[in-house]
Amino acid sequence: MASTLFRTIQIHPFLLYPTALFSRRNGVLYCTMKSSQTQTATQEKQQPPKVKVPQHALKKTVDKITRDYEAIIGIETHVQLSTLTKAFCSCPYNYGSQPNTNICPICMGLPGALPVLNSKVIEFAVKLGLALNCKLSLNSKFDRKQYFYPDLPKGYQISQFDIPIATGGYVDLDLPLEFGGGHRKFGTTRVHMEEDAGKLLHSGNGDYSQEITSLTSIYSYFSKHTVDLNRAGVPLLEIVSEPDMRTGIEAAEYAAELQRVVRYLGISNGNMQEGSLRCDVNVSIRPVGQSEFGTKVEIKNLNSFSSINRAIDFEISRQALLHSQGQSDQIVQETRLWEEGAQKTVTMRKKEGLSDYRYFPEPDLPEVILTQEYVDSISNSLPELPEAKRRRYEKMGLSMQDVLFLANDMNVAEYFDETLSSGADIKLAANWIMGDIAAYMKNEKLSINDIKLTPQELAELIASIKSGTISGKIGKEILSELLAKGGTVKGLIEEKDLIQIADPVEIGKMIDKVISENPKQLEQYRSGKTKLQGFFAGQVMKLSKGKANPGLLNKILLEKLNGQS
Amino acid sequence: MLSTIQPPRYLSRFPLRGRTKSRPFHILSSAQPVTKTSFAADQSQILSIRYSLLNRHLSAVELTHSYLNRYRPPFDATAVKRLKDLGAIVVGKTNLDEFGMGSTTEASAFKVTANPWDLSRVPGGSSGGSAASVSARQCVVSLGSDTGGSVRQPASFCGVVGLKPTYGRVSRFGLMAYASSLDVIGCFGSSVADTGILLHAISGHDSLDATSSKREVPDFTSQFTSASSLKSRPLEGLRVGLIRETVDAGVDSGVKSAIQGAAAHLEQLGCVLKEVSLPSFSLGLPAYYILASSESSSNLSRYDGVRYGNQASSDELNALYEESRAKGFGSEVKMRILMGTYALSAGYYDAYYKRAQQVRTIIRKSFKAALDENDILISPAAPSAAYKIGEKKNDPLAMYAGDIMTVNVNLAGLPALVLPCGFVEGGAVGLPVGLQIIGAAFDEEKLVKVGHIFEQTLEGYNFVPPLITDVGGASA
Repeated sequence: MASTLFRTIQIHPFLLYPTALFSRRNGVLYCTMKSSQTQTATQEKQQPPKVKVPQHALKKTVDKITRDYEAIIGIETHVQLSTLTKAFCSCPYNYGSQPNTNICPICMGLPGALPVLNSKVIEFAVKLGLALNCKLSLNSKFDRKQYFYPDLPKGYQISQFDIPIATGGYVDLDLPLEFGGGHRKFGTTRVHMEEDAGKLLHSGNGDYSQEITSLTSIYSYFSKHTVDLNRAGVPLLEIVSEPDMRTGIEAAEYAAELQRVVRYLGISNGNMQEGSLRCDVNVSIRPVGQSEFGTKVEIKNLNSFSSINRAIDFEISRQALLHSQGQSDQIVQETRLWEEGAQKTVTMRKKEGLSDYRYFPEPDLPEVILTQEYVDSISNSLPELPEAKRRRYEKMGLSMQDVLFLANDMNVAEYFDETLSSGADIKLAANWIMGDIAAYMKNEKLSINDIKLTPQELAELIASIKSGTISGKIGKEILSELLAKGGTVKGLIEEKDLIQIADPVEIGKMIDKVISENPKQLEQYRSGKTKLQGFFAGQVMKLSKGKANPGLLNKILLEKLNGQS
Repeated sequence: MLSTIQPPRYLSRFPLRGRTKSRPFHILSSAQPVTKTSFAADQSQILSIRYSLLNRHLSAVELTHSYLNRYRPPFDATAVKRLKDLGAIVVGKTNLDEFGMGSTTEASAFKVTANPWDLSRVPGGSSGGSAASVSARQCVVSLGSDTGGSVRQPASFCGVVGLKPTYGRVSRFGLMAYASSLDVIGCFGSSVADTGILLHAISGHDSLDATSSKREVPDFTSQFTSASSLKSRPLEGLRVGLIRETVDAGVDSGVKSAIQGAAAHLEQLGCVLKEVSLPSFSLGLPAYYILASSESSSNLSRYDGVRYGNQASSDELNALYEESRAKGFGSEVKMRILMGTYALSAGYYDAYYKRAQQVRTIIRKSFKAALDENDILISPAAPSAAYKIGEKKNDPLAMYAGDIMTVNVNLAGLPALVLPCGFVEGGAVGLPVGLQIIGAAFDEEKLVKVGHIFEQTLEGYNFVPPLITDVGGASA
């Protein structure tokens, strides 16, 4: 959670310039050299000869070229649902379990086994459909998508074809300010339910671009590679976007917003590393002003939002370069793989015509019929979604920077909201959460749910400072204790005797004491070295153990220094 | 009441004459004398199960066909489990056409099963072994499955009672799927009562089959009153529709007269008989073969050689699939997979699969209309009596045409009972002919009631095959 909270998408402008790329890869090489000699060798071999091109010339060319083209980007997202059991059987699914431990005759596709739909899948699909502003199909059905692959035990995937559970819809998002900010609305074509396939386990350094079909022996393949069916039958929602995105950052932010939505809804952990959120991106480019689409290329193996961003920007410049060199015929319909190490896309497989999946209605499952009452009851139970939250925060007067920070993580937003409902000042609460608390979480690698300070106590802390009970300085000091150990603000103030001293007489006494103990400095002050006021203030503050009200202290101190003693 | 039944005595009743091909089923080594009497009625303790019904106590060779010859299922089919829970003893698994695809049991991956009435003839199919095992009195009742007539047609050929329940009445869990939207598990017995008791035992909702119905199962056994206590016209007022298209040209004249005789018998029992026309009847056969082949092409995809079954040795993945499946499946199965794959292909889907579904809807509606006006519909169970072994083997279209009487009922999802009603010339003493009684959805109760009365009042026929020497009539 902490990692998401502080997720920022880093732009990599050097990506477009092979020399910069090379220098970055040197860094990578440096790291890997210690652990693996062979990997270094391979990487060196893969380095493009192009690096000798003068970088300035190339930079200018690529910049100019990409300006002449417009990219069209669409995304297919698979979200793994966090139901307790799989879509069609009662097996649990836990990421990271030993291979083939969460399986049964049904998800193994044994003869005679039949699927029975887990009703949670429908509920989650309806939730997402509503959250994405879709039109729900009150009458939908499942279909079989048929193809052969060792990770697909039945020889078909139970999916939805011509009548998905939700269609239309859109995603609202605000681009981060470091990317220029701005509101965007991207269409979603459809949401449908389906089951996941198993996984081929590649032992050794599995080369994902190598298709099984090219292996010399299936037996040698299966001796090194096995099929893990733990994931087979796990429910997925596939969300297909409209081709509305134009840049890598827009696509990455679209995916990030989907992640927020599924987390807000509690239907998936949305974790990209675990494969709970998987994005396949389609990219094509066309000269600015042209209406028909160019040839689209699909990119897979995108394991983070920043890789979505970088892979797309790489692909756009690759296609633009080919276009500008009159080699647009070399842009072919294919699936390309994003290589994180090399920061580039490579051909995985060329598409040979359209695949025919021979879809037909799944006869083992009844139609999916939703009643309007059911949809309404789910609609009424939806939480406040990210977009609504952002707009609400914006209306409260928070800056977009603050809005994005607070609304990006559901738990942070919840914490913030609770702090406010305990009566805290909006701006002060935001500042505390985004400042000291966030820094603490980052250092300690904790999520907001792990810290011991409750939102109620944060509100109390803010109120105590605002009312003058404690000074801001003391507030910061006790914050770290509250974060680490918990407890109440009042308790800590009492226990440590931290209440601010605002009694002029008491402060005056302390000032008198400091002045009388430092006659030399007093003389220097009175002979014109007025800078020494700071020294006296510091000494008094020290004497008060930081509790003296700073305004009062300075006022009385000045009177005493300048007056008769 | 039988407290002890000796399975070996049952099993030895079907003598192995001439060729060693005639044994209809494998004998379970665990078959022991039965002492339990908890299972429903007295005679129903021994049954056989068709091969495609999963039974975890059957090992290796005893399963369906060559592709799966080393596969042993880890679970029982729900129907089998329910029977075992009631104390039934499974004595063995019966022969069938591979994956239920065939009408003669000649497409078996094992051997050819002979018809107990005439060993040179087929027992019908695909559940031919089940029908033959009951006909030969090797077991009391038997399970089969009926996708397009695979229970009813062999029941007719072997002179036994076959009951195809309404789609959804019996759980399909554990039945190796052929065509999921048509498949039902059906029952065989030598009497309507036995068959009804068996159906009652396996019926009812199963949480493991999303297509199984939640409807309550009435007690079919309450319908079985003895012949002596029947009124003179026990079926007074029952509206019976004889489907005109099923006694038309193309139907064996002996079969026609047997059915007309049966109709006359029903009238004597008080039924009001009239002819009804179902103009869409002839469309059933092509629609059935398209839908069943399409679904089977998908259902059989899981037999890919990756996880179980025969795996061909091959250098690359596509070849592994191709060779495992080419070697593992028999030719009838391969033909249907190819037909189904074609019918579902892009560009052909609308012309074949989709149109067949439209035809199915028309058929369903026409049966519904006919059954709104009649309590039951009757027809022959097959256009002829049992074929000679090999007679239709090389003429698949002629064999498919033999399914005309039964496939419509599967497309409409209705229940149907087949029971012997007469004979045609052939064999030593003639060949049995089955009457098909079709009822409204989930009205099996009426079928067994009518069937039982029909059976109890039909005089002058003995439906025990001549080669059974130690059994006379109903007493076992």
